Amino acid sequence: MAEPMGFFTDTSVCIGCKACETACKAWNQLPAKEGGHPPMSGDSYDNTVRLSGEDWRHVKFIEQFSEDRSAGRWLMMSDVCKHCVNAPCLEVCPTGAIIRTEFDTVVIQTDACNGCRLCITACPFGVIDVNPVSKTAEKCTLCYDRLQVGMQPACAQACPTASIQFGPIAQLKATATARLSQLQAQGEKQASLYGADDKMLGGLNSFYLLLDEPGVYGLPVDPKMPTRNLFWGSVSSVAAAVVLGVVGLFGFRERRAVDESDADA
Amino acid sequence: MAECHPVAFRWVMKAKLKGAKIIHADPRFTRTTAMADVYAPLRAGSDIAFLGGLIRYVLHDERWKSDSFFQDYLVNYTNASTLVDPGFQDTEDLDGEFSGLMDYTGGKPEWPLNGFIGEYERASWGYQREGTAPGKPASGDTTTAFDALIRGLSQSPVRKDPTLEDPRCVFQIVKRHFDRYTPAMVADVTGCAVDTFVKVAQTVLSNSGRDRTTAWAYAVGWTQHTYGPQMIGCCALLQLLLGNIGRPGGGVIALRGHVSIQGSTDIPTLYDNIHGYMVAPSTLKSHATLRDYLKAEAKPTGAWSDMPKFMVSYLKSMYGDAATAANDFGYGWHPRIAGDHSHLPMFVAMAEGRVKGMICVGQNPATSVNASLERTGLRKLEWLVVKDNFLTETATYWNRAPEIANGSIAPADIATEVFFFPSAQVAETEGSFTNTQRLLQWHFKAAQPPADCRSDLWFTYQLGVRLKRLYAGSTETRDEGFQRLTWNFDPDDPATAVVGEPDPRKLLREINGYHSASPLRHLEAASELRDDGSTTCASWIYCGVFPAPDRNLAARKTPDQKGVTGAHLEWGWAWPANRRVLYNRASADLQGKPWSERKRWVWWDGGKWAGHDVPDFPRHKSPDAPADPRASGTDALSGSSPFTLKADGVGWLFVPEGLVDGPLPTHYEPAESPVRNPLYARQTSPVLKYWKREDNLLAAPGDPRFPHVITTYRLTEHYVGGGMSRWSPWLSALQPELFIEMSPELADAHGIVNTGWVRISTPRGSIRAKALVTRRLRPFRIAGKVVHQVGMPWHWGWEGVVTGDVVNNLTALVGDPNVSIHEAKAFVCNVEKG
Repeated sequence: MAEPMGFFTDTSVCIGCKACETACKAWNQLPAKEGGHPPMSGDSYDNTVRLSGEDWRHVKFIEQFSEDRSAGRWLMMSDVCKHCVNAPCLEVCPTGAIIRTEFDTVVIQTDACNGCRLCITACPFGVIDVNPVSKTAEKCTLCYDRLQVGMQPACAQACPTASIQFGPIAQLKATATARLSQLQAQGEKQASLYGADDKMLGGLNSFYLLLDEPGVYGLPVDPKMPTRNLFWGSVSSVAAAVVLGVVGLFGFRERRAVDESDADA
Repeated sequence: MAECHPVAFRWVMKAKLKGAKIIHADPRFTRTTAMADVYAPLRAGSDIAFLGGLIRYVLHDERWKSDSFFQDYLVNYTNASTLVDPGFQDTEDLDGEFSGLMDYTGGKPEWPLNGFIGEYERASWGYQREGTAPGKPASGDTTTAFDALIRGLSQSPVRKDPTLEDPRCVFQIVKRHFDRYTPAMVADVTGCAVDTFVKVAQTVLSNSGRDRTTAWAYAVGWTQHTYGPQMIGCCALLQLLLGNIGRPGGGVIALRGHVSIQGSTDIPTLYDNIHGYMVAPSTLKSHATLRDYLKAEAKPTGAWSDMPKFMVSYLKSMYGDAATAANDFGYGWHPRIAGDHSHLPMFVAMAEGRVKGMICVGQNPATSVNASLERTGLRKLEWLVVKDNFLTETATYWNRAPEIANGSIAPADIATEVFFFPSAQVAETEGSFTNTQRLLQWHFKAAQPPADCRSDLWFTYQLGVRLKRLYAGSTETRDEGFQRLTWNFDPDDPATAVVGEPDPRKLLREINGYHSASPLRHLEAASELRDDGSTTCASWIYCGVFPAPDRNLAARKTPDQKGVTGAHLEWGWAWPANRRVLYNRASADLQGKPWSERKRWVWWDGGKWAGHDVPDFPRHKSPDAPADPRASGTDALSGSSPFTLKADGVGWLFVPEGLVDGPLPTHYEPAESPVRNPLYARQTSPVLKYWKREDNLLAAPGDPRFPHVITTYRLTEHYVGGGMSRWSPWLSALQPELFIEMSPELADAHGIVNTGWVRISTPRGSIRAKALVTRRLRPFRIAGKVVHQVGMPWHWGWEGVVTGDVVNNLTALVGDPNVSIHEAKAFVCNVEKG
């Protein structure tokens, strides 16, 4: 396997230009949302609204202003598939359409997807959805086709301010740590890295530098593998079975008792 | 800058990562503000009050007054010490007017469209001079015919007071002029809180000096005011006081809106300039002969004393062998202007039925300033040619405009014949483009244009070929210019893919220049230009970009090595002379030493000027060379006169000539404002341009029917009139609908909700848009009352994937008197639910 590759997205230098969204659409030939004329969302400058089968990059705009404007900032963040090291989507896919590539990225092979939608519910980040044209589950491939010929992903190449950085994960993590220290030294006390260590789903191969709590950006604080639930789910199923069994047993016993009492009567 | 120039903003973000502080001044909290360290919210149109406040703050700063860097730069590199005519009276003396104001009397009866509401007689704005002119001796180089003419222009030396104490010196005049621009006054005029203003002032000051420089960058909306050039001049004045001109990391940086719009002013599509910033010959000036023209426009000292060489070489380029010394190099054939033929008055002329036809390339006037009036103009044309990528609103104004859709005008009543020429896209054309930092870069084509799509070069060249053919047999004197015009740029290899496409390298050679007798001997530098016809050069400032047939320097792509401090001199080619920082002599002190190690750029090495950049100074003139009042050109200037394009070699704090609306920037209210001018009795510029018509009315100051300030702008997601973005579904989906940004305070007052419909009206028109209610906008307190600021992007029209009302139906034809730029950045409106 080649070296693990991925994205480091430094939201502190994102200017919300959406070049990543357009570059992604152009390279991957994704359809425009609602033919190019969706209604204006009214949610700041965000008209893409969410990641989906046709929107693999989504720039979020978060306006934070006090009533008197004495405090105010406008956070921007280009969201994308996290390419989790322990990827829930990959785990639940019944057809094996979702694979881990030689770059340690997660790719849906559309020709092997049967459209069962299990991956859509499994993803704790809401990344995946059905592409209305192909009718299969789709998401960011981290430009697998470009990586195979030594090119960087289209969004990273288009990003004018290097908010989206592509490279070997180890190198990106070093960059991110240095940038975090710089920001904290400049007084950005709330700045933090999201998904840069292996605690979150074994690590996110697309990780972030955030300027506020993950929840502010619509990111889960503690995303879970579906199999994490499997153990307790299994335990509770067993427990339920036991309880039912016992209840049944006692039920029968009771009945027997009744029968016996009847007999006594 | 992040909104409209996201790619250039890359460098701002790189600087930020290295610790640069970013300040953003804007009526709205934008994507640029989101990246800024300090945000100064200002009411649209109040910028000169803000900048003037900074100037006053600097002049009162103790460090500024005592630091030898600031004082040396001020006294030696600016005109601070020059004495001004005793007749000069300031706006402080005349409550908002300069001396010399009078009724407008100029113009030709045939062209009563210049728009001036007043005019200044400007003699009193000039310098004081010592006695009489020195009377040049006939010694020196007198080999050419125009040397004597240039020497005859010489004036006696200007009077100076290096102590800066004389009350008539520029420094004292500037100080008095801005004395009332206190932080409290700034807050009252602009709405920016005093502490925010002071923070900006202190940040700029602490980041200027020997070791540090501050750069000011603006997108061209800054110029779009009835005092637009004065706003830029005010910023330049501040930068000169801070020693931030001619040094790395300094300057006043225009971020221009289109690819190669810099190139289109260098090789101008402007009506009043010819190539290389020479004034267009005019019937309104003493321009009857070539000698008259040069007497009126050339300067005896500084680089413009070479104007005869620039002009004769230009005329040789126009008329080739037909241009000879005996016929004034064909000067008589050259077209002359008869008034203001810029965009605004041309559409008034059209609306009055004075214009027969129009060729419209890559522009969308059907949605431009006071768009209803402009469409009225289009309807009066006999013919209209639109060359564009798509059927823009200008191509369909006759069958799909709002006034057609609502039935008030029938297409059958419009007699215009409209021709549409499909245009090649940018990746399908070849040639040089000039970016905002004067850098020429060669652009290679990636694909052939499909079907009948043609480049602008093809269109212009073929139009010229056909017009020359049309006029070939004419016996009219007025057609001689067309007949004599040199016009042969056919490629040597006829097997080019697009038939009829000219060779862009041949055009570049014409622009660069060559020896008239042997066109394959290209000129290597503007210093080779001659005024005897032996050199041919369309644009002197580009001379050197193509020094030999096999050396197109615009096509170079070699960056400096990593870690090496340099100016990337092997990447493309910057005019003039591949110089990256203009006036860079100012990056060294009086002795020619860099002001500091950190800001080393150009220096005197004992025998010549050297440095990272191409020095902008006579190569071997020592820093201590005295001025020679008996010499011409740059020879007349001292070794410490960095501003060699100026006749006196220094940067102008006070502008004695060249501007028609005042030698110093002064706060005026926009042509429409909700408040009276808090600084002067004079509400607006007394010499602004206004074309009074029933369809171009203005709201009176404080008109309660139009209480809000409105500004218009672009979004990152779309491009200008939308002609290149609204046809792309990907881009359209990112900003699908026209909106008006407003504060929750204003929205609540009118019962307007986010994404609800709003009706916006001005004396010119009324449109609808969806509300985007956001705290990124805020109410201002101006002159004691609450003023709401709203803003609208102006990308929409009735064609394309996404459509919306035309925002420019709201704007007015009102302009600045120097360059006739409009004022769509600050006017007044009303908003209502609906």
